[in-house]
Amino acid sequence: MKLKWAYLAILTGIAGLLAGCEPLLVLNPKGPQAETTANVIWLSIITMSFIVVVVLVMLTVILFKYRASKQDPDYEPPHIEGNKYVEGIIVTIPILIVAFLSVVSTISTHQVESPPEGYAEDEPVVIYASSSNWKWHFSYPEQDIETVNYVFIPTNQNVEFRLYSHGTISSFWIPQLAGQKYAMADMTNYLNVVAEEPGEYMGRNSNFNGEGFAENEFTVTALAPSEFDSWVEDIHNTADPLTEEKFEELLEPGHLGQMTFNGTHQEFKPAPEGENSPHDHGGSSDSEEEGEHHHH
Amino acid sequence: MDFFDRFTIPPHDDPMLYASIVAIGLVSIAIVLGVTYFKKWGYLWSEWLTTVDHKRIGIMYIISALLMLFRGGADAVMMRLQTAVPDNSFLDAQHYNEVFTTHGVVMIFFMAMAFIIGMMNFVVPLQIGARDVAFPRLNALSFWLYFAGAMLFNISFVVGGSPDAGWTNYYPLAGTEFSEHVGVNYYNWALQISGIGTLMTGINFIATIMKMRAPGMTLMKMPMFTWSALITNLIIVFAFPVLTIALLMGTLDRQFFTNFFTTGDGGMDMMWANLFWIWGHPEVYILILPAFGIYSQIIATFSQRNLYGYKSMVASMVIISLLSFMVWVHHFFTMGQGAVANSIFSITTMAIAVPTGIKIFNWLLTMWKGKIRFTTPMMYSVAFIPLFTIGGVTGVMLAIASADYQYHNTMFLVAHFHNVIIPGVVFAMIAGLIYYWPKMFGFLLNERIGKWAFWNIVIGFCLSFFPMYITGLNGQARRMYTYSEASGFGPLSMVSFFGALLLAIGFVLIVYNVYYSFRYAPRNVGDDPWNARSLEWATHNPVPEYNFAITPNVNSSEAFWDYKKNGHDLFKGEIKDIHMPNNSGWSIIFAGIFFVFAFCFVFHVWVGVIIAFAGIIGCLLYRSFEKDDGHHIHKEEIEETEKKFGGAK
Amino acid sequence: MKLDSKNLPLEYSTETNRMNILGFWIFLSAEIMLFATLFTSYFVYVDRGVGSGPAGAEIFELPPVLIETFLLLTSSFTIGLAVHAMRINRVKAMIGFMVVTLLLGAGFLSVEVYEFIHYYHIGATLQTSGFTATLLTTLGTHGAHVTLGLFWGIMIIIQILRNGLNARTANKSFIFSLYWHFLDVMWIFIFSFIYLKGMM
Repeated sequence: MKLKWAYLAILTGIAGLLAGCEPLLVLNPKGPQAETTANVIWLSIITMSFIVVVVLVMLTVILFKYRASKQDPDYEPPHIEGNKYVEGIIVTIPILIVAFLSVVSTISTHQVESPPEGYAEDEPVVIYASSSNWKWHFSYPEQDIETVNYVFIPTNQNVEFRLYSHGTISSFWIPQLAGQKYAMADMTNYLNVVAEEPGEYMGRNSNFNGEGFAENEFTVTALAPSEFDSWVEDIHNTADPLTEEKFEELLEPGHLGQMTFNGTHQEFKPAPEGENSPHDHGGSSDSEEEGEHHHH
Repeated sequence: MDFFDRFTIPPHDDPMLYASIVAIGLVSIAIVLGVTYFKKWGYLWSEWLTTVDHKRIGIMYIISALLMLFRGGADAVMMRLQTAVPDNSFLDAQHYNEVFTTHGVVMIFFMAMAFIIGMMNFVVPLQIGARDVAFPRLNALSFWLYFAGAMLFNISFVVGGSPDAGWTNYYPLAGTEFSEHVGVNYYNWALQISGIGTLMTGINFIATIMKMRAPGMTLMKMPMFTWSALITNLIIVFAFPVLTIALLMGTLDRQFFTNFFTTGDGGMDMMWANLFWIWGHPEVYILILPAFGIYSQIIATFSQRNLYGYKSMVASMVIISLLSFMVWVHHFFTMGQGAVANSIFSITTMAIAVPTGIKIFNWLLTMWKGKIRFTTPMMYSVAFIPLFTIGGVTGVMLAIASADYQYHNTMFLVAHFHNVIIPGVVFAMIAGLIYYWPKMFGFLLNERIGKWAFWNIVIGFCLSFFPMYITGLNGQARRMYTYSEASGFGPLSMVSFFGALLLAIGFVLIVYNVYYSFRYAPRNVGDDPWNARSLEWATHNPVPEYNFAITPNVNSSEAFWDYKKNGHDLFKGEIKDIHMPNNSGWSIIFAGIFFVFAFCFVFHVWVGVIIAFAGIIGCLLYRSFEKDDGHHIHKEEIEETEKKFGGAK
Repeated sequence: MKLDSKNLPLEYSTETNRMNILGFWIFLSAEIMLFATLFTSYFVYVDRGVGSGPAGAEIFELPPVLIETFLLLTSSFTIGLAVHAMRINRVKAMIGFMVVTLLLGAGFLSVEVYEFIHYYHIGATLQTSGFTATLLTTLGTHGAHVTLGLFWGIMIIIQILRNGLNARTANKSFIFSLYWHFLDVMWIFIFSFIYLKGMM
């Protein structure tokens, strides 16, 4: 018995330790999308804690009150089939909770799937983020530059990441800025990201894609728009051009560290969207629909 | 390629691997020598390997499940050890990938599935007062196909290399372009074979439960475990064919160069994910519903009260089974199917919380006004309720699509599904095993050692998995073989490793308990050691071959309780000759040939494939022409057996 | 057991027989799921564009498909006649109809083999595209079922010839007829949703 309590003490100790730590990445948002998800997560934690507490309290009370050692040896528990009202309550309360969370889920999912409020009117900065084993390639069609394993974005502006893959399915994730989305070979996904604070953020592929998966990370640097423009200008003046042969070389499996190029691979190897999407042959086009959906 | 090259393992500079190969070899040799030395081959063959008795098949399933639990558990400890500290180099990336892949596959298909099917095999016919299942021979074949699949999967480790694309095996990663060696072929064939076995189990148990219930047992008078088994097997019959096709497509892609899941030529990599989860989500409920059934039996027994809300328990299982086919998209909310589709699947997923919640409250209300005895099975059930509630509510959190964009593919998800599967399925199976142990072997497992194991397992579980919720929210993706110190995952991962060790100690204690109790436990436990309620306890411990000397006459879902307390006349009539099926070596031989077939297929050894295929046809022909009418156990023999147990029941 | 077994047809006359028939119905529901999965996949791949390979309309030919349909539908009718003959205990007629059924089945398979060879020659193989792979896998799964049925039917005929019509052989024949009807129904789906829809 003593050991039991010792174990429990360790457990509470750890919980206490955690409470004192710095905020967890997902719960420490730096942009409106991640803020929405963080709020939803807090809301669901609170709602769900209520259920856990109710169950725990009921269980504890029942176990203390009705344990055999506490009762008359002659006590014969009654036969109870069930009760309309009690069962009505245990159906209704979960339904109400689920209904509430369904509304939360639907609203918040629509929110994070569209450009965040206040940023929807402006033209987004488009960046293609494509994955290959085990790297991320970022093409800036507007700026005509390409980076590997790092991305610079301007703050307070909607950045539209267009995600696809040169092979395996990967998942593009910057925990502090927005939830993740898959990058796949035969369609392009869209992810709206706004950084409201300058800084450097961790981004990674979160979907297992083989041997080099653990190191499949990139850094996101959010800069004031003017600094972003001068960064682009710098690259135009210093970086090597990206040729098709060079890009094929980059696609070979491995890790490359950070790289910078003039020009993008979109010119010779475009993303699977619009007329380059395999969906297009059949007549119905998912990517078009998503493109539209995306721009309202 | 030289013929024998294909059987070599992809290069590892890993002494551990060779050590394990040697260990496996030595253990196999020891088993063979041991059986030979004690001259048990004949006994083993005639009493176990050829048996069609549902009780023995159930026990064989459970033994295999325990073996697989240790195989998968060793993988788990290796993973926790590798990630216990940042930048660890105990396992390299490739080896780690193989380890977590085999951990998942072994635990789901060869441990959990085998455990629940074993439990159903042993308990269901007893609970409905039947002599055996509807198709005893088919049942033996199911077991041996499962076993062949499990063995095939396990030799991948030493011949040719293990699969390394995760238990979800997503394409194109699992295709030949990114996973060249034979690992995924093993995955396809091992699951295909054992999947066929499972499908047969599904058919068998539906027929059994629909047709073989004792007189008086209407559907609404079935004990709750039988209800859960019926619904589970219905799900099996509807879900497993989807897996069959998905695996067939995977095999064709990998071995015949088709374009189902490739990224060019009209292929579609997401199709695998869809098919896999259309099977995979119902599979979750295939695992959990029988566990719910076990808990219902145990909680009622040790609260010494009838199960509260029988009808709503049944209704909630039916609703869960229907919903289970409508939620698969929540496994890839992040695939980009848009907010509308995600919202719909988010709502269907959360809807499952309602029937599940009803069950939780029904169990609580079963204990209410009861007289609760804290035996080991009951302690697992009591621990199950809060832990499973936590697992369930984190499931609801994951079901909120927008939030899932942050949880998906992280340790938060890993924590969630272990949080439902371990307290849900594993606790239930251990509790069920301890509960039914006297029915299987005629003695009780030691309670003191059992409780030590319980505390290790429960606390080990909490320490292992609760920290993962936190590291997940802190941005730790799952399936990473290592992480940097700067990430800050280190301390909590160390706690997880410590928890894994406690879990391991707990499971070792369970095995020790078996050994200890086998040697020292008293054998005079009688037929009703737990003061139980449902029909399976109305026969003897251990159960005689024919189950019930006289077919019982049932009046309620707690027929045995009514017999004990309310004077219900359970056994009307007198002892007659009993017709029983004959043992047969056909099933094990057939499954053995299937094993050879699949093994040759994995390695493209076409001559072997053709020969084995001829063997399969031969077995089917033999079966078609075979005449086997079974045998009778004579009245005198039954009376003698019953006398030994102290009077007929 | 309380049922009066004299009033039941031979194939239902024993407990085992009734159990076999129920079990087979459950098996057929699993088979329905199997084919449903194939059909669903087919609809996904056919709507997706066909990669570098041909589309359905370019390779489907009506005459062989019509012949196949005719042969299989007729065989479904003749197996029904065989079961009817069994019910009225006309063993010779029953075997006759079963032989006709199997011959029609063999005819169906020959045309299907011709069809496959044709596809191969015009460059629509298993490897061509996601669409052809699904098409040929669906047709192939059905064809494999018919092939298995042929051998199964032959075994049953041999057993009736050797042992006469009894509870066991009647049970097998009846279950075989269920299987055969099922394959016919699946073919109607294939005919309507793959061929006709593809050619329209």
